[in-house]
Amino acid sequence: MSGGSVHQALSVAVSQAVPLPGSPAAVAPTFDLHIPSQLTLALGPDIVLFVGTTVLMLWAAWRPDSREHQSNVGRASLALVFVTMAAVVGYDLAHVTAGPGVIAVDAFRWASDLIFLAASAGTIALSIDYNAREGILAAESHVMVLFATSGMMLLAAGRDLMIIFLGIELMSVAVYILAGFNRRSARSAEGALKYFLLGAFSTGFLLYGIALIYGATGSTNLTVIGDRIHLYSLAGTPLVTVGVALILVGFAFKIAAVPFHMWAPDVYEGAPTPITGFMAAAVKAAAFAAFLRVWLEAFGDVVYQWHDAMWFLAILTMLAGNVVALVQRNIKRMLAYSSIAQAGYVLVGVVAGTTLGASAFLFFLAAYTLATLGAFAVIVALGDAGETQLDIGDYAGLWTTRPWLAAAMTACMLSLLGFPIFGGIGFLAKWYMLQAALEASYFGDAKPQVELAVMIVVTSVISAGYYLRLVTIMFMRPVRADGGAAGNAAPRAGHLTQWVVGVSVALLLALGLAPAYLVSWTAKSAPVIANRPTYLLPSSAIPPR
Amino acid sequence: MRELLLSAGYDHWILTVLLVVPVLGALVVWIGASALESGGGTDAAGTPPGTAAAARFARWVALLTFVAEFVLSVGLWWSFDPSIDGWQSLISVPWITTWRVNYTLGVDGIAVVLILLTTLLMPLTVMGSWTSVREKVPTFYALMLILTTGMIGVFVSLDLFLFYVMWEVMLVPMYFIIGIWGGERRIYASIKFFIYTMIGSFLMLVAILYVGFHVGGTAAGQAPDFSYPDLLARLRVTPIAARWLFGAFFLAFAIKVPMFPFHTWLPDAHVEAPTAGSVILAGIMLKMGTFGFLRFAAPLFPSAALDPGIRAIILGLAVTGVLYGALVALVQPDFKKLVAYSSVSHLGFVMLGIFAFTQQSVQGAILVMLNHGISTGALFLLIGMIYERTHTRQISDYGGIARVVPLFSTLLTFVALSSIGLPGTNGFVGEFLVLIGSFRTVPYHAMLATVGVIFAAAYLLWAIQRILFNSLDKPRNAALRDLNWRELALMAPLVACIIWLGVYPAPILRRTDHAAAAFVQEVEHGSGTQRPSSRVAYAPGARP
Repeated sequence: MSGGSVHQALSVAVSQAVPLPGSPAAVAPTFDLHIPSQLTLALGPDIVLFVGTTVLMLWAAWRPDSREHQSNVGRASLALVFVTMAAVVGYDLAHVTAGPGVIAVDAFRWASDLIFLAASAGTIALSIDYNAREGILAAESHVMVLFATSGMMLLAAGRDLMIIFLGIELMSVAVYILAGFNRRSARSAEGALKYFLLGAFSTGFLLYGIALIYGATGSTNLTVIGDRIHLYSLAGTPLVTVGVALILVGFAFKIAAVPFHMWAPDVYEGAPTPITGFMAAAVKAAAFAAFLRVWLEAFGDVVYQWHDAMWFLAILTMLAGNVVALVQRNIKRMLAYSSIAQAGYVLVGVVAGTTLGASAFLFFLAAYTLATLGAFAVIVALGDAGETQLDIGDYAGLWTTRPWLAAAMTACMLSLLGFPIFGGIGFLAKWYMLQAALEASYFGDAKPQVELAVMIVVTSVISAGYYLRLVTIMFMRPVRADGGAAGNAAPRAGHLTQWVVGVSVALLLALGLAPAYLVSWTAKSAPVIANRPTYLLPSSAIPPR
Repeated sequence: MRELLLSAGYDHWILTVLLVVPVLGALVVWIGASALESGGGTDAAGTPPGTAAAARFARWVALLTFVAEFVLSVGLWWSFDPSIDGWQSLISVPWITTWRVNYTLGVDGIAVVLILLTTLLMPLTVMGSWTSVREKVPTFYALMLILTTGMIGVFVSLDLFLFYVMWEVMLVPMYFIIGIWGGERRIYASIKFFIYTMIGSFLMLVAILYVGFHVGGTAAGQAPDFSYPDLLARLRVTPIAARWLFGAFFLAFAIKVPMFPFHTWLPDAHVEAPTAGSVILAGIMLKMGTFGFLRFAAPLFPSAALDPGIRAIILGLAVTGVLYGALVALVQPDFKKLVAYSSVSHLGFVMLGIFAFTQQSVQGAILVMLNHGISTGALFLLIGMIYERTHTRQISDYGGIARVVPLFSTLLTFVALSSIGLPGTNGFVGEFLVLIGSFRTVPYHAMLATVGVIFAAAYLLWAIQRILFNSLDKPRNAALRDLNWRELALMAPLVACIIWLGVYPAPILRRTDHAAAAFVQEVEHGSGTQRPSSRVAYAPGARP
């Protein structure tokens, strides 16, 4: 299914259903979400993925477990992800929009979807190689990734708290299973149980918050909630304040913001490595996407209630994530804390609460996803059966034995550190985030965010301590006597793993040199913020002081 | 000659070519060497013949690339018209339009001189590491080439975003050069170097963003503006904000210079780096800091730079650096460390010259930057040569080797004298100009700094005596080989420069004349409403 044909099909379908003023070609199709057929069309890519996943699920269960079956289902899953991607691109290029309703049809959704789909494509490709090596025969693991991705797409689309809750549950349940997928590993089981218990606990917070907000506003629709809070001046009433606080706690669990991050390191360490990458990249991005939409569209008026809490959350997350990462020896744990720290940077975009903040948020997530995927792909490529060599000391002298993997890992580390050219897009992401923080403070009448900008750079310097240590170990220390992961005994990476490493690092570096398109794409994909306090408007609308 | 070059559109493409040529060279080194390395098995000695061929290939490609780069930059030197104000060879191409970031390059007299210094030193460092770098040779030269792009990029960037990118690009290759090919404590030194530099530059990043928003926001639309000429023309911040911003830039540049007390990374990095790394660090990368003060920190925030308190602190630190560096150098048992501390002292002179804010002192500072690059670069190269023979840097391990290696001793003495500032050598002209220039505005500091010149004579002459002229009491020194043709050939251009600049520095002074005058003018009148400088002018058609 190509983008063009989707566009045509959509245009035809919509122009038949809704008589549009002017020429149909000039005006982007608009869905009326109260008409079931159009709601279905608006959910097109999601339905493609979900139906495909269900079929694959049946196929996976149909035949006995074997290496071939695992690999075949994995490849079919990859194909499905690419088809869904094409559909998403088609919808994005068609500039479809929608009236009020339970789901959003906007560029933000498609941009987020593409990030999730890219991450799940990488995860599935890695899992095919990883499962073969670890002797995991169950083909269902790929299907679970697809189910989780369906949930993520629902999260990005949701403009109703119920849809968002549905998306979170669909995603989380699939990821609980994935975390414990390696049945022979006690750590994997421990991590999965921990994740499940704490995840269920946090869902409770979220649901309670949703109930209170519904009680206060009489709706679960984000737009309606926003309008009613504005219209009836509900900001500051106890019901709304407590509701917002509970929803904040729920989301903070999902994105592993400090102090709600305790589950993350254990789960990340225990889960199969590709799944860890998936959790660090896609799951976090999806929770963030829903978080941002809820915050901008529903709680814009309550800004003075949530701003300080989020501000501290961001600062704590940046600080604690980076400082604790400094003392980690296990590379997966180190990346877990690094991903906590990165969540702190992303939170800055949410705290800024401007259009620029939302664009920076998308750009940052894209950069972070690429770097995380690349880093975990290198870990998979270097792993051995049973994953015994995960100490960062095992990577000593990697450059002398596997120069390409060492270089790729370095690019990912420098990207997470926020270094230009050698770290590719990572620097631009941090630059964008700093821009957002400074712009919000310069034009806004909210609390100044200069502190956040300074905090980003100060914690980035701290993070050099561990990102750089890995680079130093790989390049400047000799191969250990027992070989470690760098030794000759290490198995060669599978082809798919090599592809994931290559593509993600190549994209990382190429976009670092020529980011203009990605920047303008994320700039136009920011959610539209309307009917909000002045500081949430695009800054061009505000006369400078 | 200038007309001939301009008729070929030289000023339109030269700066981009200077940036691109080293990257292409690095790619050729990299691809060619990996093709050669995968060429074949191992010979009787166990070393793959492909590795030796790849190393030879990498050396020659790097050398030829750097020579080409030097020839191109001599063309830049010729095509530069010293008699006109403002930026030359200016080009501006949109890069990231949404952020209003442009690929804007241009040079003034200061940048031209420093670019020439860079391209002069680079081929010499390649020759200097011809036999001393033995492991992973292709990667070494590829990193050197990429490093060159970063260094030249810093000198030519007229967009603050681009400047920052180039500033950081320099860091990574140097980190690897120190950390992989360095001495015993190389890992410690490389990480210290990296983190020190990063602390300063990340705060500068916030400051760059702030000024970008400040200027862009008050002009058209909401996009920030990072064009340096625009900032120079329109940046007006409150005195308090100016102090904060100046502080952020100051930290980045002061660490790079390095000013006392931000210098502690320098002895480690210089000592542990391989010869090429030390030469580049001392000869070129330290100049980035002082260049940053000349180009960005002082002209952008004149109210902070002229603030009596801030200026007193900087001048005080500069003079402290001059004296402290010299005194510490006096007691170093390690010759490389001695030269490293002498850099702290010399760079103190540069800072004194810059912050004295007279045209003479600024021109003197530029000359000292150049001279320090040549003399200290030559010193590090000579140390590298003797180290390759003896594998020791301790002064006490030598003694009386003048009789064994006369050519080496002649050169070392000559270069040391130029570093001391003997009249007739380059060192004298620069320091003299700084001292007479700064005597007009800050006489006490100038007087104190003069003492530093005496200390310089003390530490270098004493070291020379202990290395070359005491009794030849170490038996293993009696069999040292003197310099070979390669080593003599690579020292010749440096010796020529030492004499040329000592006798006839007018070509340099003529080219830096306008830039120095513009700098002083910008700082002294910059707090008014209208900038008097011509450097705010943009080439026609470069911007809407």
